[in-house]
Amino acid sequence: MAYLKHIGKYFIMLGQVFKKPQKGRVFKEALFREFEELGIKSIGIVIFISFFIGGVIALQTALNIENPLIPKYLVGFATKRSVILEFAPTFCSIILAGKVGSYITSSIGSMRVSEQIDALEVMGINSLNYLVLPKVLATVFFYPFLVILAMFLGIFGGWVAGFTSSMFSEIDYTQGLQLDFNPFLVQYALIKTVLFAFLIATVPSYHGYYVKGGSIAVGKASTQAVVWTIILIVISNYFLTQMLLT
Amino acid sequence: MIIVDKLYKGFNGIQVLKGISTTFKPGKTSLIIGQSGSGKTVFLKSLIGLHLPESGTISFNGGINTEFTTEQKRQWRKEIGMVFQGSALFDSQTVQDNVMFPLKMFKKQSEEQMLERVNFVLKRVNLENSNSKFPAELSGGMQKRVAIARAIVMNPKYLFCDEPNSGLDPNTAILIDNLIQEITDEYKITTVINTHDMNSVMQIGDKIVFLKDGLKAWEGTNKEIFKTDNEAVVKFVYSSELFKKVRLTYLNETK
Repeated sequence: MAYLKHIGKYFIMLGQVFKKPQKGRVFKEALFREFEELGIKSIGIVIFISFFIGGVIALQTALNIENPLIPKYLVGFATKRSVILEFAPTFCSIILAGKVGSYITSSIGSMRVSEQIDALEVMGINSLNYLVLPKVLATVFFYPFLVILAMFLGIFGGWVAGFTSSMFSEIDYTQGLQLDFNPFLVQYALIKTVLFAFLIATVPSYHGYYVKGGSIAVGKASTQAVVWTIILIVISNYFLTQMLLT
Repeated sequence: MIIVDKLYKGFNGIQVLKGISTTFKPGKTSLIIGQSGSGKTVFLKSLIGLHLPESGTISFNGGINTEFTTEQKRQWRKEIGMVFQGSALFDSQTVQDNVMFPLKMFKKQSEEQMLERVNFVLKRVNLENSNSKFPAELSGGMQKRVAIARAIVMNPKYLFCDEPNSGLDPNTAILIDNLIQEITDEYKITTVINTHDMNSVMQIGDKIVFLKDGLKAWEGTNKEIFKTDNEAVVKFVYSSELFKKVRLTYLNETK
């Protein structure tokens, strides 16, 4: 029953979030602030992780296909597929759920416990719209670009791994990358990213907005928000894959 | 003028406010006092519309707040200024942005006009040259003054303060009290303050409402509170030896 209550409350919250902003100028300022906080400031971690994970995927693949009957270009092919299909959209989203999700919950939760949200409400401001909508738009519009960046860097990381380890050649790797390229797979990854971005913005916002208590409650809410966001990303990943690829 | 009529409010089956009726007049500073758990905060939050009453009405200059249309509600919100217990300043914004925020949201003014108004209210609360500071860089008293500046920047008709003196040293507390009273007199605002501070009660209480267990147990002025024989009020207000002596001296002098 408690879960149903939360689901209902979450959708009621979304009803308040998706209303016309009260003041365009203030909304624009908030939106650009969120682009910076949630998007630009996440570029570093995405670059770092995607580069090294791409390298690891390439090395692991090379190690596992030592059979002379299997062509070496499959390393490039497998790395490309793994990075585009799963690593870039799903793994990056899980990382961002941890980084950005905890930030969203703790910032909104702190505003709740320090009565800043009450102050907005007393002024007659739709606090959910003011606080959450810029976050949703910033993540939904920015994260696809982050994921495209992660795709390129993951594949580049694999290329560098081959170059430094000499386990496969540059030519083989590039040949694998060019093999059987299906643009729909990129489209599928971006569709997933948009949904994951929406979850990354809204689930932690929900946990932060309705937090009750003090700083410990905010800490617990942050943990819960990250856990639930990851669970929802994993579940929706499964269903989206089934819907779009089978 | 605010007229509260038979206000009831409860949470999860526990009745917090049990039929409170009272009136708050413009240009007067009204204080709500009472022990912790007596319903003061719920009462104040009901007045500002953060809690909806279970029954009873709160009317603002004749209009009942729960019956306002969306437009009337929007207008009413603009007429309310609120100073929260912890100041509730937006951490990520400077003093100037905090005070300018309501203007940006509701006024169609140029940046210069808004800045002029911000500087005026900041000067009014003796906080010139603090525009670019962040709330974390200010002392508790300064934060309260910024909160007051933000509350009055829209020229409100009603000012509500939740424990404006909590956590402040006695000197700063008196400064805040005086500032609120001056602003109330100057702009003829209807001011309602929740407080535990007996100095405030003696000093600025044009009207005092004493709550006990969700009921209005007593109301009167800061002169009448010296003379009351209401047991609950006497026990609460004159709990310290100092205030007992103050009361005795007052009663002896006015015999």
